[in-house]
Amino acid sequence: MMDLLGYGAFFLTTALIFSLVTLGLNLQWGLTGLFNVGLAGFVAIGAYTSALLTTPDDAARLGGFNLPILVGWLGAMLVGGIAAAITGIATLRLRSDYLAITTFGVAVVVQLVALNAQKLTGGPFGIGFIPRPFGGLAETPLLFNLSNLAVVSMVTLIVYLALEHLSRSPWGRVLKALREDERAAISLGKSARFYRVQAFAVGGAIMALAGALQAHFTGFIAPDNYLPALTFQVWVMLIVGGSGSNIGAVIGSILVWAIWAGSGALTSVLFSPEQQARAASLQIVAIGVMLCVILLVRPNGLFGDRPRRPKFGKRSKEAPDESTAKS
Amino acid sequence: MNLQFVVDGLLAGSMIGLGAIGVTLTYSILRFSNFAHGDFMAWGAYATLAAVGAIGAMFGKIAPIAPLSFGWPLIAAVVIGMAITGLLALLLDLMLFARLRAKGQAIIVVMASFGASMALRSLLEFIFTSRPTYFSRAIQIAMPVGFGIRITPDQIALLLLTAVLVLGVHLLMTRTQTGRSMQALSQNAALARIVGIDVAKVVRVTWIVGGALACVAGVMIGILIQIRPFMGFDMLLPMFAAAILGGIGSVPGAVLGGLIIGLAEAGAVQLIGAEWRAAVSFIILMTVLFVRPIGLFGVRER
Repeated sequence: MMDLLGYGAFFLTTALIFSLVTLGLNLQWGLTGLFNVGLAGFVAIGAYTSALLTTPDDAARLGGFNLPILVGWLGAMLVGGIAAAITGIATLRLRSDYLAITTFGVAVVVQLVALNAQKLTGGPFGIGFIPRPFGGLAETPLLFNLSNLAVVSMVTLIVYLALEHLSRSPWGRVLKALREDERAAISLGKSARFYRVQAFAVGGAIMALAGALQAHFTGFIAPDNYLPALTFQVWVMLIVGGSGSNIGAVIGSILVWAIWAGSGALTSVLFSPEQQARAASLQIVAIGVMLCVILLVRPNGLFGDRPRRPKFGKRSKEAPDESTAKS
Repeated sequence: MNLQFVVDGLLAGSMIGLGAIGVTLTYSILRFSNFAHGDFMAWGAYATLAAVGAIGAMFGKIAPIAPLSFGWPLIAAVVIGMAITGLLALLLDLMLFARLRAKGQAIIVVMASFGASMALRSLLEFIFTSRPTYFSRAIQIAMPVGFGIRITPDQIALLLLTAVLVLGVHLLMTRTQTGRSMQALSQNAALARIVGIDVAKVVRVTWIVGGALACVAGVMIGILIQIRPFMGFDMLLPMFAAAILGGIGSVPGAVLGGLIIGLAEAGAVQLIGAEWRAAVSFIILMTVLFVRPIGLFGVRER
């Protein structure tokens, strides 16, 4: 019973960290319509920044600076936000696809730095000994898991409330206006690019914070944690929950993580150890198909925003014209 | 600096360029960046590998053609692989992309292609496992050709093949009615429809050409390096960078962009080290986006 409770707390903590990433993505995509397929890169930036700032001094690499965990989290948000802002400034004046390609590139480069810049990131072996909040309780796993759950829940709740407030504020309304009808919003004197860069940067900061939380929860990070599969998982979470809705982002994350963890447990029971890598890839196939089916059948997910109104009359069938793209 | 990087760069550039042709055509005609294009490469390579196996089972062991590492079975298999990859692209369009395009949100199609990419790649991992395989394990002796450059017969054959294919696509685009329709659709979709261009046919040709070329690029990677499920995904960033550097919609631009990126990568491998290779395309991509976002041969979008 106690084990189950402990596992429940562990599961929820991970799910809530995911939901934090999903909330960041929802600000970028759901609210503003910015397409980020490199979010694993921003999560990694947060995790590594916080790890560098808070770990004890290590002769083999730069830092660590042994700073308090809270400083690590703030630093993670700052660096993640700056990285996202630079990405946004480079691409947001161009077609929306260019942002997608660039974010994809950011994730590739972050992965490369994590793997190869040994002096900074510890290389393929990653960084260990990341201080954990309530690390003193590690002797009693249940208490440790519950206290971590409390911390992560608190952070998620704060971010959730802040985002809810933001999306109702004049700032959030401008973002929605830009998403729905860019021309009308611009004609009201709103700088599309400026607002979008802000939204993208805040979203990146939230993702980085999630990365930092995760790093301090597990105490160890390595480049393998931030593969494209992570980006993919979070996208499925957002689409299942319904893009545009913050509560949808949280519930979608918990739901998809439950499916993911559950099917993972199932495959480890059903398949022999040597077949498990193959079974795991089948798991990803299923989730990929699920994403496509949801996009086709129920593009608004469980809690999605009201359907976006069709713009500029009926769409042409084969190739949508330039009005869908940002110019 | 050793001039060997020229050969390495041209080869890498050929693979990138052949893939980038498909990316640039999809982007300019169907108006979305297809993240599943890299996985067409991997599927093409595995389809060709399977076809080689089938031919081997039917005709027994066949000796390779004199200096090359492969014989006619591989050549026949590539043709089969190109057909399969083209069909795969058509099927994916029919089931997924065409339906989403009809709804009219370009960026949703991009996201779907991202999901499809993940599913296609993992399906390969499931069928063939993630262990690398090879068309041939024979080792070829590289011939010195002066200036400190060495080249194998396979490499010469593949460079020639690339040149022929690029010329073929260029002729298709400029000298045939279908090619002109493709250009018309990419330049002004509404006007193209008004003058009665068969849009569905153009879309089909786009997918088949893109898929077939991706298959060839995948087989090239398979012959020169190795076949793995992730081989195409790793090519995605260089291909996008090449398509944007060359200018979206331009076939010669995509090839030139591919060659530039291939040469830059090979140069960087010599100067900095192989582990940073993947960063080269990102740096080139960012430079192009800041300095000249329409690329070398691009036209400003209307």
